[in-house]
Amino acid sequence: MSAQAIQVDGVSKRYGARWALVRTSLQINAGESVMLTGHNGSGKTTLLRLMAGLTAPSVGALRVFDRDVVRERQAARTAVALLSHQSGHYDDLSAAENLRLHAALLGRDTQAIDELLARVRLRERADTPVRQFSAGMKKRLSLARVMLKRPKIVLLDEPFGELDPEGMADVETWIAEERKAGTTIVLATHWIDQGRRLSDREVRLTNGRLV
Amino acid sequence: MNATLFATLVAIVKKDLLIEWRTRARLSALVFFSVAALLMFSFALGADIQTMRDHAGGYLWLGLLFASVLALSEAFRVEAENRALEAVLLTPADARAVYLGKALANALLLLLLGALLVPMMLVLYDVGLDGPLHALRLLAVVALGVFAISAPGTLLAAISTNAKSKDLLLPVLLFPLLVPVLLAAVKATALVIAGDPMGDAFTWLSLLVAFNVVYWALGFLLFPSVVDE
Repeated sequence: MSAQAIQVDGVSKRYGARWALVRTSLQINAGESVMLTGHNGSGKTTLLRLMAGLTAPSVGALRVFDRDVVRERQAARTAVALLSHQSGHYDDLSAAENLRLHAALLGRDTQAIDELLARVRLRERADTPVRQFSAGMKKRLSLARVMLKRPKIVLLDEPFGELDPEGMADVETWIAEERKAGTTIVLATHWIDQGRRLSDREVRLTNGRLV
Repeated sequence: MNATLFATLVAIVKKDLLIEWRTRARLSALVFFSVAALLMFSFALGADIQTMRDHAGGYLWLGLLFASVLALSEAFRVEAENRALEAVLLTPADARAVYLGKALANALLLLLLGALLVPMMLVLYDVGLDGPLHALRLLAVVALGVFAISAPGTLLAAISTNAKSKDLLLPVLLFPLLVPVLLAAVKATALVIAGDPMGDAFTWLSLLVAFNVVYWALGFLLFPSVVDE
């Protein structure tokens, strides 16, 4: 396995006329936990989406465990899970059905789903359609989906947002456990104190540039 | 280890059909819309029974075509909502299998709609069928036609789903592509309804099979480029 989990090499990303990310280079070692900070619109989400292979760089290259996220998209995505602002769930399905779908796509056993729902405190709402969930509950379910994948790299975009204090503590505990287990973590957050507790170093973005 | 192409296809079909079942009100609206379209066409033709019989196949396909635009657009609205399709692709599901699953689920939905519309058409346009074999032949034409609509429709619905005027864009892109499919489907339906002593329907059915092969293959190959930026 490569010592470098993520290699961002001179990456720029343009949306229309606006450059969201400009000539960004960054190396993240396997097992490292990196906090990504910056004001709103500084390019944090764009960088995370590039790392997940959900969008292609306009300029430059990005590799995940030596796999190019554009040319070897499928292989690169295998290593990565993303917890983003959007829940990624089907609102007309229940919490358990959403996780069962992802378990089927991952080729995983569905027996773990009950345990995962309990872990994110949604076991009692397992059969409730996601449409009836609050934003915080949707975030918890997204976290369960990330846990189900058991990835080598976890990309977290504002993981504490929309959560109550209990939920925030749960997320913090889970990130600490993943860090201990050697998972590579990239954590974009405005919750600086929590972020610093959970990361080895801090990287700051300002107007799409690394500072 | 991610699931195989077939396992992904099955998971997507099951998911889409489950969502359709959960949102039965949408399905009912679709049936209502199609039946209303058939009724409107019968009113427009007046009381001339022979004219109605002659054009029954054409109106059946127009009803199915209009309903398919609504169904296809809705199928990708649920994918865009919460960026659910992105989460599926991150598993990482094979985008080609996702295409096949969604196109197959759309085709099954349209087939169900077709199975409901055919008896309506028979009653409204006073078309008689000679037994169950005749009905099965008619359903076979409907099946080939809706599969040929679903394949390009699913691909184009994915393309138009993020556009500002997606409701306008989908029919604008889809209808020109479906002209030859509709022509073959209408001709085959008319021949099956009216009787086909010369065996001409086979030519049109062969054409429908060919369109299916081309459109499903194109969708399978092009869909990853559409959903992966």
